Amino acid sequence: MAAVKYFTEDHEWISVENGLATVGITNHAQEQLGDIVFVELPEAGTSLSKGGAAAVIESVKAASDVYAPIDGEVAEVNGALADDPAKVNGDAEGAAWLWRMTVADDSQFDGLMDEAAYQAHIA
Amino acid sequence: MPQSNDAFADRHIGPGRKDERTMLAALGLPSRETLIAKTVPDSIRLGRPLDLPEPTSESEALAELDAMMGANRVVRSFIGQGYHGCHVPPVIQRNLFENPAWYTAYTPYQSEISQGRLELLFHFQTLVMELTGLPVASASLLDEATAVAEANGIAFRHHRGKRSDIVLAGELHPQVLDVVRTRAEPIGMTVGAQAIGDNTAAVIVPWPDTRGVYGDHTETIAAAKAAGALVVAVADPLALTLIEPPAGWGADIAVGSMQRFGVPMGFGGPHAAYMAVSEALTRLMPGRIVGQSVDAKGRPGYRLALQTREQHIRRDKATSNICTAQALLANMAAAFAIWHGPEGLRAIAERIHSRAGRFAAGAATAGLAIAGRSFFDTVTVAVKGKATEIAEAAEEAGMLIRVIDADTISVAFDETSSEAELAALSALIGASPADAAEIRLPAPRDGERLMTQPVFHDNRSETEMMRLLRRLADKDLALDRAMIPLGSCTMKLNAAAELMPVSWPTVANLHPFAPARHAPGYRRMIDDLDRWLCEVTGFDKVSFQPNAGSQGEYAGLLAIRRYHRSRGENNRDICLIPSSAHGTNPASAHMAGLEVVVVKCTANGDIDIADLEAKAMEHGDRLAALMLTYPSTHGVFEQGVRLMCDTIHEQGGQVYLDGANLNALVGLARPADFGADVCHMNLHKTFCIPHGGGGPGVGPIGVREHLVPFLPGHVDNGSDHAVSGAPQGSASILPITWMYIRMMGAAGLKDATEMAILSANYIAKRLERHFPVLYRGRSGRVAHECILDTRGLKESAGVSVEDIAKRLIDYGFHAPTISWPVAGTMMVEPTESEPLSEIDRFCEAMISIAAEAKKIAEGILPRDDNPLVNAPHTADDIAADDWPHPYSRMQAAFPGGVGAAKFWPPVSRIDNVAGDRNLVCACPPIEALAS
Repeated sequence: MAAVKYFTEDHEWISVENGLATVGITNHAQEQLGDIVFVELPEAGTSLSKGGAAAVIESVKAASDVYAPIDGEVAEVNGALADDPAKVNGDAEGAAWLWRMTVADDSQFDGLMDEAAYQAHIA
Repeated sequence: MPQSNDAFADRHIGPGRKDERTMLAALGLPSRETLIAKTVPDSIRLGRPLDLPEPTSESEALAELDAMMGANRVVRSFIGQGYHGCHVPPVIQRNLFENPAWYTAYTPYQSEISQGRLELLFHFQTLVMELTGLPVASASLLDEATAVAEANGIAFRHHRGKRSDIVLAGELHPQVLDVVRTRAEPIGMTVGAQAIGDNTAAVIVPWPDTRGVYGDHTETIAAAKAAGALVVAVADPLALTLIEPPAGWGADIAVGSMQRFGVPMGFGGPHAAYMAVSEALTRLMPGRIVGQSVDAKGRPGYRLALQTREQHIRRDKATSNICTAQALLANMAAAFAIWHGPEGLRAIAERIHSRAGRFAAGAATAGLAIAGRSFFDTVTVAVKGKATEIAEAAEEAGMLIRVIDADTISVAFDETSSEAELAALSALIGASPADAAEIRLPAPRDGERLMTQPVFHDNRSETEMMRLLRRLADKDLALDRAMIPLGSCTMKLNAAAELMPVSWPTVANLHPFAPARHAPGYRRMIDDLDRWLCEVTGFDKVSFQPNAGSQGEYAGLLAIRRYHRSRGENNRDICLIPSSAHGTNPASAHMAGLEVVVVKCTANGDIDIADLEAKAMEHGDRLAALMLTYPSTHGVFEQGVRLMCDTIHEQGGQVYLDGANLNALVGLARPADFGADVCHMNLHKTFCIPHGGGGPGVGPIGVREHLVPFLPGHVDNGSDHAVSGAPQGSASILPITWMYIRMMGAAGLKDATEMAILSANYIAKRLERHFPVLYRGRSGRVAHECILDTRGLKESAGVSVEDIAKRLIDYGFHAPTISWPVAGTMMVEPTESEPLSEIDRFCEAMISIAAEAKKIAEGILPRDDNPLVNAPHTADDIAADDWPHPYSRMQAAFPGGVGAAKFWPPVSRIDNVAGDRNLVCACPPIEALAS
């Protein structure tokens, strides 16, 4: 089954495959933030609730919270970002995913945007 | 009456009568009074002169203060307890401490014109890392007591707020313990838990304890490690030149005071505290960290690193409210270490230890019990009921010792102690110095590997040291070279006559816990200041303890919190803060256990009064305080300030006034009169204490009568809730403010305020055609500063506010405040001290920069290669054989007739991103350089 990708108004993306969701920030968000110098990720096992701060992305002059798009538990984090936060500038919607999490409630995807809606949102 | 050629106010205020007329004419106004009437709301005007003594001349004021401070008794101190005598090397005293190139510099945000003090602070960090063995150090904290409290804050955040116990492995100095308690309670931490377990956030190891003893903490540290608690060493840095670094025995954090590294005791301050941490805790550290990065040409350059931890970015999520630290004092300590080198420091430490050892052995031989077996400089002796008697005899002989209780004294030796004093002190306890074979230090360190970096070895002659300090100072642009028009920071003149008393022995050489009868001069000076500042602000009492503006905020909020609690209103925990507030406000509120609710601003920059009313009502009996800056951080006298204060009071809340802009009120309006309950005064802004290149600051608070019982106390006076280690905070720099007020008088102070407002309005007028002035008050006037909107140039020419800031360096200026309080804009504050010629020079530079940007917008200069994006230009770039740019070298380096004001930056634009992605905060030891 192909991954389905959703977007939030806070510029996170979440893609779901085989019941596991992968979360990152959008390409638009990384452009707005500028050169990213540090990424603080949650610990595996942390339980997240929709809309709560889960990670922090820092540029030289700003620190931005990344919110959990849905409820669930952190399954895995992208440790490679600790050594190379610039990856987020290079491939925000690919290799620079932030964390993977379980999906507690499928219905929470209903409130999120698809790619077209998100593009319209940032236009 | 002072002679007119010696009237200080005329020297302090830059523009003369003719200049004043020129500025008024530009504004189309008949008089200064007309301007003030149009600018400051009638409803808050004072309407009478301040009741202050008639001003005196410089010479008269110096004589008066000299007589006053001459009443202090400067005797030899063996009190210790965190404050020790030391020799300030004259080469440092004259070339650094008393040198305006060092003390009039601002906090080094503009790194390209701050490389000198950044480099010396980098050496400070290297020194701290060498001493502690920990891999990351910061560029100083406010004092030892707050540094321990900050370490606990790190532990709290490290455990994500889930552990609240602080365990003490030994006895801290009483004043340190009190501050730790003050700071712990509002955030829900508990000090002094007995057992180490799952709830232990930190274990604090005094190294040595308040009696001078190095205890055996092996088991405690093992238990802390097993429980996952952080181990905090509170360590004497001079002893660390001889003994194993705390990292070696498991410390995760080390803190302490660097005072004895060549900074006078000064009746309690200012001095620098140090902090070093393990790698994992780097981002939890409070305060400034200097990092090494590279400039646009790949040359190494320094900058303030990882600023996203700090209050001006993170606000209530910041690691601390600390902003300014103690840069000048940290730099003195670094210079002291460079001057002496590791051998010199170890020799000083060994001499001290030898005297302490022989004193202890003598006491033991005489049959007296000594506390502990392992110590450095402080010996605690049991004297069975004779403590006071011995202390009195010592005092008679011109020496002060510490009385711990009726049966116990302690004696702390320092760099200035002599053999004769060792003998005299021994005789007082019926002993004579003896061989110290049985007295030892904790495990020694390898002295050969201490401080191997070249800087600690290459500056042994005074010629080299003098030139090092000059070379570093030459890299920085301070007030002794040019205007520093930083909005909100008030870079006014720090007059020589104001600064001179700071070096007087009667000011510099008193221990903060000397008996009150030894410090009547200090008492009188502080009483004068208390009375004068109360008159200026309308408050009933001033506490001088807070040793920075941020500390003042904290102390003020704490007073409010304790006031509510004293009335049984423990539920009042909401602090309203406008979105335009300084980042310190929410950070301080958070530390004071208050929850921040943000109040909106309207499109014209004013606080949204409807939103304020709604939020005050909504939180009603949970409302603790409003934090308000006035005139606003947008540089405007808002009309509704009284109404805002009334709204808060109606809901039972208190009004905290952030005094950052008090210099726009002095002599015109008083915070207490228009509704503030408490206000801090940045003596380093409004009242002439220099910024020191990033500290010291002094932030006393004034309060109305009902809050007086909740001002910070101090263990030395038998009370508590201290916010700083010393009872009067940074007492030794208070004479600067005393001198200023004494020489200005009521009329001079009012003139200064009015001239600051006139100069700001003149700048707004001259520049409004080139850069829109973002916010104005009624009748189109600004207060003492104005925000220039430079965002249009981003769109038209791709020029950022940072490009303009860096280009101003080529014109010989320090940039105004950039991107605060509004991103992409500049806030300009000329102060009353800048002469009209310099103000005009600044305006012309800005107009010239606007013209350069226009050329880019019109396509005459490319967007990616022009004098703005390439700024600042260094001398070697200009002199290079290859000049590939589409503008001339003259245009690059000597734009707009910069002339005599030319300043050559030592580096071109510093790469902030590289510096934050790869933190380098100390010089590696020599063996690492060799490999």
